Amino acid sequence: MSSSIDFDVEKIRKDFPILDRVIEGKRLVYLDSAATSQKPSQVIKAITNYYEQYNANVHRGIHTLSEEATAAYEAVRETVREFIDARETCEIIFTRNTTEAINLVAYSWGKQNVLPGDEIVLSPMEHHSNLVPWQQLAAEREAKLVYLDLTEDGQINMETAAQLIGPKTRLVAITQMSNVFGTINPVKELAQLAHKNNAVILVDGAQGIPHLKTSVADLECDFYAFSLHKMLGPTGVGILWGKKALLEAMPPFMFGGDMISSVHRDKTRFNELPWKFEAGTPNVADVIASGVAVDYLKNIGMDKVRAHEIEITRYAMQKLSEIKDIVIYGPLDATKRGGVVSFNINGLHPHDLGQILSDNGVAIRAGHHCCQPLMKDLKVMGTARASFYIYNTLEEVDMLLAALKEAEKVMGHVACR
Amino acid sequence: MSLADDLYRETILDHYHNPRNNGSIDNASATVEGVNPLCGDELTLYLKLTPSGLIEDVKLTAHGCSINTASGSMMSEAILGQSVERAQKIIEDFKTMMLTKEDETVFEDELEELEALRGVKKYPVRIKCALLPWNTLLEGIETARQAQAK
Ligand SMILES: Cc1ncc(COP(=O)(O)O)c(C=O)c1O
Repeated sequence: MSSSIDFDVEKIRKDFPILDRVIEGKRLVYLDSAATSQKPSQVIKAITNYYEQYNANVHRGIHTLSEEATAAYEAVRETVREFIDARETCEIIFTRNTTEAINLVAYSWGKQNVLPGDEIVLSPMEHHSNLVPWQQLAAEREAKLVYLDLTEDGQINMETAAQLIGPKTRLVAITQMSNVFGTINPVKELAQLAHKNNAVILVDGAQGIPHLKTSVADLECDFYAFSLHKMLGPTGVGILWGKKALLEAMPPFMFGGDMISSVHRDKTRFNELPWKFEAGTPNVADVIASGVAVDYLKNIGMDKVRAHEIEITRYAMQKLSEIKDIVIYGPLDATKRGGVVSFNINGLHPHDLGQILSDNGVAIRAGHHCCQPLMKDLKVMGTARASFYIYNTLEEVDMLLAALKEAEKVMGHVACR
Repeated sequence: MSLADDLYRETILDHYHNPRNNGSIDNASATVEGVNPLCGDELTLYLKLTPSGLIEDVKLTAHGCSINTASGSMMSEAILGQSVERAQKIIEDFKTMMLTKEDETVFEDELEELEALRGVKKYPVRIKCALLPWNTLLEGIETARQAQAK
């Protein structure tokens, strides 16, 4: 089955060696890209090439290898800047992942700016990594966490948001796209509400940027955090983008080598942006390979990525909704959501589903998706979640459906106790 | 399919669909909660001991997967009416079975059913599901004993 849009899935699939893997005698159907995406051979080769050709430490050697490594590493900053439409390259800070990027803001900006009585506004659909740091900060600073309301279909209730974000709000922390519902949040409107109240907005882009054309300027946000491993890049690289004025005013988060400009026995002058926030030897190889991942997406075009995912998601939602006793979470309209579909089939625990699907070669995620408070709201222990990316096909959705039928057969479909 | 033959064998599915000793105890000697952080599965275990240390009643409220629920159900049958010492021995044997690579644990006739869970070992992430009720029981026994000692 081929896609109706101008997008050659089969050609793309050839770039992903792992998709040839056979599991339990069946070809792998990878539907867990929201957890981490697979990597094209271009990215994998960039890592090998670095170690085979120009491995050296960056920012220090005066030899060819170090110069090459530094140039390649720093070039990725510009690649990323362009990809997210940031104004300046020095606003791009390399971290290990989204979680570290958010913690950087919580520790550095948060401790300086959040005062007793202030409010931190977040949504109930936040990933633990955009929730726990704020919860901890709030406890330490005697600030208050305020949760936005959700509608029945997992969208932010913007009417109450206008009340909940107010003069006491210091920070709004919100995910661009939910990793459970797939909901694409109205970040720009929330940013405007935040700014009207002199608050700052941090956007968790971990699920957004891999799938949606993203401009931090258009989103009007102040901080934007994401992980390269969810967008074809290797693990171990995240990005924190922040507005220069904010970043410049923030104290370093970690101390040591690379983040200094001069060190004396009793005092230190810190380096300038972005290195001020990059203490120690960075993850050079994976940053360089991350640049290749971004180029790969850019070459396809994010509009096409999105169109492909809407098509698959729409097809999957339609097929899944034909299953008896299924509950699908989040917005029903595929254009309002990303390629993440969470569901429960009455009487089948997601863990059991995941296991039986795996034995059919189908990889999905089952569990709380690092969103335990949300699971409590939904009154479930967890959900099953299929997520799609550029290399998935409609045929794979059919294979998911077939595996679900098998699971129902094995478990003896019974009403939930 | 492999799972149909072992992991979800009839015994497990039977206990999953009809868990024994499901419910709660009003004046329990101990009430403890167990959580599997991996998947968020929760269970509450209620334990009632006689002054002489017999397990007079045990009840479980589980919202878990088949392995978790079945394991709890089988456990409750295995320990009901037993002395605490005997229950502890059963727990130990069960954990040895689940955690030892090529274990040779043999349960006596009336506990034979427990061996159905051995198949779970093929799925390392799910060993935790099977162990959750047992670890919760250990905690429950401890809590109940402390309460009695007071
Ligand atoms: C919405 C969202 N935020 C944050 C994260 C955390 O990303 P990482 O584990 O790479 O820090 C994830 C990943 O699961 C996510 O889906």
